Parts: sequence; C-alpha cells; structure tokens
Amino acid sequence: MTTTSAQTVITPARTRTAADTVTVRRKQGFQHGAWFVAPFLVLFALFVIWPLLRGLYLSFTDANISGDATNFIGLDNYREALDDPLVWESLGHSAYFTLLVVPCITVLAFLLAMLAHHIERGKWLWRLCFFAPFLLPSTVAANLWQWLFNPGTGMVNHVLGIETAWLTDKSYAMLAVVVCTLWWTVGFSFLLYLAALQGIPAHLYEAAKLDGANAWHRMVHITLPMLRNITGLVLALQILASLQVFDQAVVMMDFLPGPEGSTRTFVQYTLEEGFTSYRVGYASAISIIFFVIIAAVALARMWLLRNREEGGR
Amino acid sequence: MTTAAAQTPDETRIRAEAPGAGSGGRGDRRPWTPSQILLTLLATAVSVVFLAPLLWALFTSLKSETEAVEVPTHWLPKEWTTQAWSAIFETGNITNWFVNSLVVSVCVTFVVLTVSALAGYGFARTEFRGKKALLGLVMTGLMVSPAVLGVPLFTTVQQMGMVDTYWGMILPQCAPAAMVYILYKFFQGIPHELEEAAFIDGAGRWRVFFTIVLPLSRPSLAAVGIFTFIASWNNFLWPYMVTNNPDLMTMPNGIATVMNSYGIQWAQLMAGGLMAGLPLIIVFVFFQRQIVAGVAHTGLAGQ
Repeated sequence: MTTTSAQTVITPARTRTAADTVTVRRKQGFQHGAWFVAPFLVLFALFVIWPLLRGLYLSFTDANISGDATNFIGLDNYREALDDPLVWESLGHSAYFTLLVVPCITVLAFLLAMLAHHIERGKWLWRLCFFAPFLLPSTVAANLWQWLFNPGTGMVNHVLGIETAWLTDKSYAMLAVVVCTLWWTVGFSFLLYLAALQGIPAHLYEAAKLDGANAWHRMVHITLPMLRNITGLVLALQILASLQVFDQAVVMMDFLPGPEGSTRTFVQYTLEEGFTSYRVGYASAISIIFFVIIAAVALARMWLLRNREEGGR
Repeated sequence: MTTAAAQTPDETRIRAEAPGAGSGGRGDRRPWTPSQILLTLLATAVSVVFLAPLLWALFTSLKSETEAVEVPTHWLPKEWTTQAWSAIFETGNITNWFVNSLVVSVCVTFVVLTVSALAGYGFARTEFRGKKALLGLVMTGLMVSPAVLGVPLFTTVQQMGMVDTYWGMILPQCAPAAMVYILYKFFQGIPHELEEAAFIDGAGRWRVFFTIVLPLSRPSLAAVGIFTFIASWNNFLWPYMVTNNPDLMTMPNGIATVMNSYGIQWAQLMAGGLMAGLPLIIVFVFFQRQIVAGVAHTGLAGQ
C-alpha cells in the first residue's frame, strides 16, 4: 500500500519537473537570495568599501591622524606623491622583492610538490617538513632569520664560512628578506601544487606508459600542461602577496627601513606617513596609488587569461 | 559516477605496482626501487634544510642568554637550560597573548565561515536584483587588504571607536572576499539535480542549504576554515595597527613588538616564537589529510 501511494505521488511530480522546479527555484531565490549575501555585505561594506571610499576622499585633504583641521586641497597630495623620491624608491623595493620571490617560489614549490608526490614512503612527513615554516607567524619567521643572518652569532655565516653583513649592508639586506620569505611561504604554493598533482587522472599516465612515453615525455606532455591553471593561480597569488610585503622586512630590520632605507617597501612607507608623520591625507593618496597598481596587475592577469583561453580554442 | 571513474585506475595501479601482494590495502610494503631510494635521500636532504632553522630556534631557546650570543656560534647548547622558557612565562604577558590570539582567531574563523558560506551560496545559486553588480564589487575586494588601505581602514575603525578593542581586531578581518569567491566557485559545481529533488519535496531555500549543500561542502568548508584560522592566528599587520595595548596584543605582535623593545633576548625570543608556532603545527599534523583534500576540493587547485 505504501509503495503504491508513493508511486502515485512521484509519477506526476516527475512529469512536472522541468517547468515547475525552475519557477519554484526562481521564486524562492528571489525571496531569499539577498538574505544569504546580506551578512557578508554588511561587513564588506563597513570594512572594505567604506575605507576605500574614505581613503579616496581623504586623499584630497590634508587630514592628520586625529581627523581635525581637514581642508580640501584637491590634487596636491597626488602631485606631491609623484615628485616624492621615496614613493618611487619604496615602490621599486616592493617590485624588486616581487621579481626575486615570485619565480623562485613557483619553481621551488613545483619541485617540492613533485618530490612529495612521487615518493612512496612517509608522505605525511615530507608534507609536514615542507609546510611547517608556513605555519609560523611572519614575525616569528622574521625574528628567526634575523637571528640566523646575524653576522657574528648567526648560523648562516657560520655554516657557509663567510662574513657577510647581511642585515646592515644595503646590497644584501633585501636578499636576506627574500631568503626568509622563500623558506617561510613556499609551503602554501607547494600545497596547491600537491593537490593539483593528485587531481591529474592516473589513467593518463597509464595510457602514456603503454604508448612507450618515458618519464620526461610524461612530464612535458601530461604533468606540465595539466598544471597550467594552478601555475597561473600560484603566480597571481604570489604577485599580489609579494607586492604587499611588509611584515618580514620590517621585523627583520627592527622596525626600521633597513640600511640606507634599502628594505623600505611601499606598505611600510604608507604606514610611516600615516602613523609616524601623522599625514593621513597624504598616506591615503599613496594608498590609492598603490590600490590602482594592484588592481592594474590583477586586471592584466584576467585579461591575459581570457586572451589565452580564446587563443587556445 | 565519480566513484566509478576513480576506482578503475586505482585498481589497475595497485595491480601494476604491487604484483603478488594480496589485498592491496595499507599494510603493503612496496619494494625499494633505486628511484625511490634516490627520491627519499633527496627529500631527506631538503627536509634537513627546511627544518634546520626550526632546530636552531629550539636549541637557542635551550641555551642561556649569554651562551646564545657566544662567538663562534654552535648548534647544541653546552649547558641545557629551560631558563628562557620559564622566563617568558614569568616576565612576559605570553599567556595573555596566547588567549588573545585564540579568542581572535576562533571568532574570526567562525564569522568568516558563516558569512562566506551564506554569501557564496547566495551568489552561486540564487537570483536577486543587482547580483551581478554586487559580485563585481566583491571581486574588487580581492585587491583590497589592510596592507593596501591600512591607513583609511584605521581611521574608519577609529571613527567607530573600536581602536584597542577586541571588536576592532576581529571584525575587519571578517570580510575576506577571497573566501566568498572560493566557496562561490565550489557551490557552482554542485549538481542542480540534488537541489531540485528537494524543492519538489517542498523544501525551501534555507532547508536545502542546511541539509543538502552544507553537508556536501564539508571538505571545502574545512579548508576555508583552516586557512582562515592560520591567517588570523599569524596576522601581524592589522593587530599591529589597531592596538598598542600589550594586554590586548596577539602572539605575533606581542613577540615582535614587546619582546624586541627591551633589547632582544634571543633565547627568550626563540622560545616565544616556538610557542606561537606550535598550535598550528599540531593542528596541521592532525588535519593535513583534510587540508590537502580540501584544497583539491575547493577548486582552488583545480580551476
């Protein structure tokens, strides 16, 4: 009896599916959709959009940290910023850092992932080893490497048998920050690559083996093409993160801009102007300039991706 | 469907690589081939390089302050002492910072998971006026971080009277567009049929969300949650901007700003640093399978 009644219910419902479900979905979606996104949007509006707009407004004023005596001064801040050698210098340092870190991290993460993927024993141990540094706070990683690079008492010079003044010579200071960053952050990209490697269907390799492809061929014709998307993602994430470098550099140099200002990054300069010189208006203007640069990089990437996809088809 | 596709290659792999081995289960010991030996040696060497700095920190923390700065330097303490470890507990606010870190990270993770799961689903599966424009706005948010707009964000939080408060530390970390985007991408991949069946049975949007979609997304939510927790636990820049009060500082800030300001005591600093890193390392040891699976699942790796 139960069976028959169940069947009679199901059969007409199935025939109605196409038209009905869509209307039901639309209707309910229209009622509730906005409520799903509302909580996020409130936080997002308060702590992302509003500061962005506020920064834009402040950048046209001479506001100080307490917010009083604010005058509208038009484009003066931007004019000053373009003539400010420190703006260009700090931007250059951020760019130099990015240029060194991004290719190294991508290659290193890929190699580590290949290693951890192909090794058969103790997988969890290798994963832990390569990922562990990423689990430290940036400040701890920075303090640790500051200690390691210490000329007299540090292990780096001791092990290498050299006497380089890593942290006080302006030609080495940024390199020291780069080394610390590589060690500290490569684990994240490593994990992305590892997950992507595990996602490549095994039958592709089986088929290639049957066709007599050697390890090198399989790597060039299967692994690398299958990893193209993840490489794009790793590059994008790393570029955006590296341009915003701050923590390591500032902690390794004891909260100073490094020897002859050689590790002063763009973020650091913004904060110096805002919180040390109390020039909130000017700091906002250079923040906006920085935002535009970041947005340009992100948009360029999206545009390149789209072009490549279209070109591929 | 997925299971069928996954099973076939798995079975063939087991048969191909472990000939003669009966069950194909966990207990199988694969033979040491020359290439495996080579890879293991290589991995060991790389791991030594990766772990050396951490060991160096550990050994330093077990030296006395005078021995830590001795020249020439040496790896192992001549005299093992836990002096630095007891000192950080006696003199510093380290337990305070630890609790602050825990409160902030747990709250941030909870709020982020809630709001970004809801928003991700809302954007992926419901229709409402202005959805496209709002989604575009969220994409803009991917480019904004405290690093980019720190000063205006600070003045905003200041206006709200939240400087030097828990709220001021927590709430601004709770609107990560990236997490919404990741979950949005994931929810888009869930087959429509699953939801439609429930709609026909009379379930509403919310019920479908809680009883069908959320349970399906557990691995993705775990990955988002773990990464949010790591990011929040390790966040330095925002707490650094928003609080100067040593009682309110989190681990990374307390260690970097307060411990440094008395002139660096290396043994103590290393002990404090290891304390700050330890909780996450333990979390990772227990959850690494879920983390890797979660990364694969979210489409972070796949897209």
